[in-house]
Amino acid sequence: MKRVGNFSLGLFIVGFLILFAIASNFLFSPNSTELNLSQRLHPPSSSHWLGTDQRGADVLSLLGQGAKTSLTISISVVFIGLFIGLILGSLAGWLGGGFDLWIMALVDFVFAFPGFLLILALAAFFQASSILTLIFILSLTIWASFARLVRGEVLHLKEKEFVLNSKATGAGSLRILYFYIWPNLLGALLVQGTFTLASVVLIESSLSFLGVGVPPSTPSWGSMLNSGRNYLLEAPYLSLFPGLALFLLVIGINLIGEGLRIKFDPEH
Amino acid sequence: MSFFLIKLRYSFFVICAVVTFSFFLIHMIPGDPVDIMLGDSAELADKVALEKELNLNLPLFTQFKIYLQNLLNFHLGHSLFSKRSVSQLIMDRLPATLELSFFTLLFSCLIGIPLGVFSAQKKGKFWDHFLRAQSLAGLSLPSFWLAPLLIYLFSIQLNWLPVSEKGTWGHLILPVLTLSSGILALIMQMTRTSMLNELNQDYIRSVRAKGQSSFFIYYVHGLSNAIFPLLTIIGMILGSLLTGTVIVETIFDWPGLGRLLFESIQNRDYPVVQGCVLFISITYIAVNFLTDISYQLFNPKVKLQ
Repeated sequence: MKRVGNFSLGLFIVGFLILFAIASNFLFSPNSTELNLSQRLHPPSSSHWLGTDQRGADVLSLLGQGAKTSLTISISVVFIGLFIGLILGSLAGWLGGGFDLWIMALVDFVFAFPGFLLILALAAFFQASSILTLIFILSLTIWASFARLVRGEVLHLKEKEFVLNSKATGAGSLRILYFYIWPNLLGALLVQGTFTLASVVLIESSLSFLGVGVPPSTPSWGSMLNSGRNYLLEAPYLSLFPGLALFLLVIGINLIGEGLRIKFDPEH
Repeated sequence: MSFFLIKLRYSFFVICAVVTFSFFLIHMIPGDPVDIMLGDSAELADKVALEKELNLNLPLFTQFKIYLQNLLNFHLGHSLFSKRSVSQLIMDRLPATLELSFFTLLFSCLIGIPLGVFSAQKKGKFWDHFLRAQSLAGLSLPSFWLAPLLIYLFSIQLNWLPVSEKGTWGHLILPVLTLSSGILALIMQMTRTSMLNELNQDYIRSVRAKGQSSFFIYYVHGLSNAIFPLLTIIGMILGSLLTGTVIVETIFDWPGLGRLLFESIQNRDYPVVQGCVLFISITYIAVNFLTDISYQLFNPKVKLQ
């Protein structure tokens, strides 16, 4: 019972942050995040609940926009990675042979790098100047774990009787994959996708913290934390709130992941 | 022995791929790399000199050949700014990162392994739930949030510890604590899982039936068998620590490899970035290789194939 409680808690946290991200468009006036030097570094008050930053922008409203940035990037990356991983992993497992060998060599290559280094190097050299480039770079490294998972499952399912039966009745490869194999992968992919989402959220904000993530004009929790570091003495709340939001989002997603894992993989 | 050869051949191919990848990094810069590195205001003579230094004027294949020859001589090029050789820069910074990684791993193991055993011992009880919740929190805690909070609390408010840079033992505490939060949690989780696997085995039941103390059952019999799967994880952590320190080194002004990489990215000092990427990846592959091998060699349960 306790586990179910944790799952709901995770759903509640993540749902709240998603709503907050969507609502931030309507809740705050657009100029609340603009340069306003008369409002610099005001501590939390009734007019600025979480205070203002070094540019006089409202921290709460920046947090809302940061949530939007973080969620948009991470969810897109996981979907793209999952899609590529599903297709390549299925083909590798189903076709086998040379195709399998090459795909798995590529997967091994991605895994051979310490993950964050590969992303950092790509971001630095590609000069991620837009959100799209960033999504591209992150997806480039994320797909491999999905491909490995899918390939393993396909290899395992391919020998099962229900698949052999449908093969014997003359079903084509695509039909078998779509109707018989992919539905059986749903649970595993959901679990892996959720945990990957949590790590992509962390990676995206780490990149933005280091200044190689989203462009400087886009509000993000990572870059908020980076600029907050310079005002630790006068305005420690600038370092507190964006990190708290990030921590809540990541722990919320992880709680959902744990819940899903218990549901789909009780033996784990 | 054949297992060793297969692993060796595999690592060799991966290293070849990594070397090729790192060569192409420079070519991935959008636009003219020389313009980007030197900025728009650079003199033509400087541009030509740099183009020559990086061999960008030669055909791609020749460039690659020179690059490989240089690699075999441990020549990774020169920094665009300090003009010092990249391998020298890396060697200067390596000890600081190794120091940080060593103490982080030591601290995480000393605390994480006993806590993991304890958690397995109390499976399903309050302390197990409590520790697992803590480890989930530890894994979700971004280091670039934890670090400012620790600095604020211990350096600014309490004034117990120095804010940054390397020096006394006191300087080591906050970076190690920050880095340990996630790693300790991971080691604790892995110890718990591995211990629970062992505790289901028959020999544990026999030891229990003999009436040995629970300390003996858990730490001497259980842990000494559960430790092998853990070694793989610890090896992987050690490998990733070498890069995972980028953020922590940047925050604490720790003069290690991670900060060198970060500074070079900021300065667009591409030869240094390229050198760091290559060096860290190869170290990572080597550490993984050694972990794999030692796991196979020292664990009597695994047969070499």
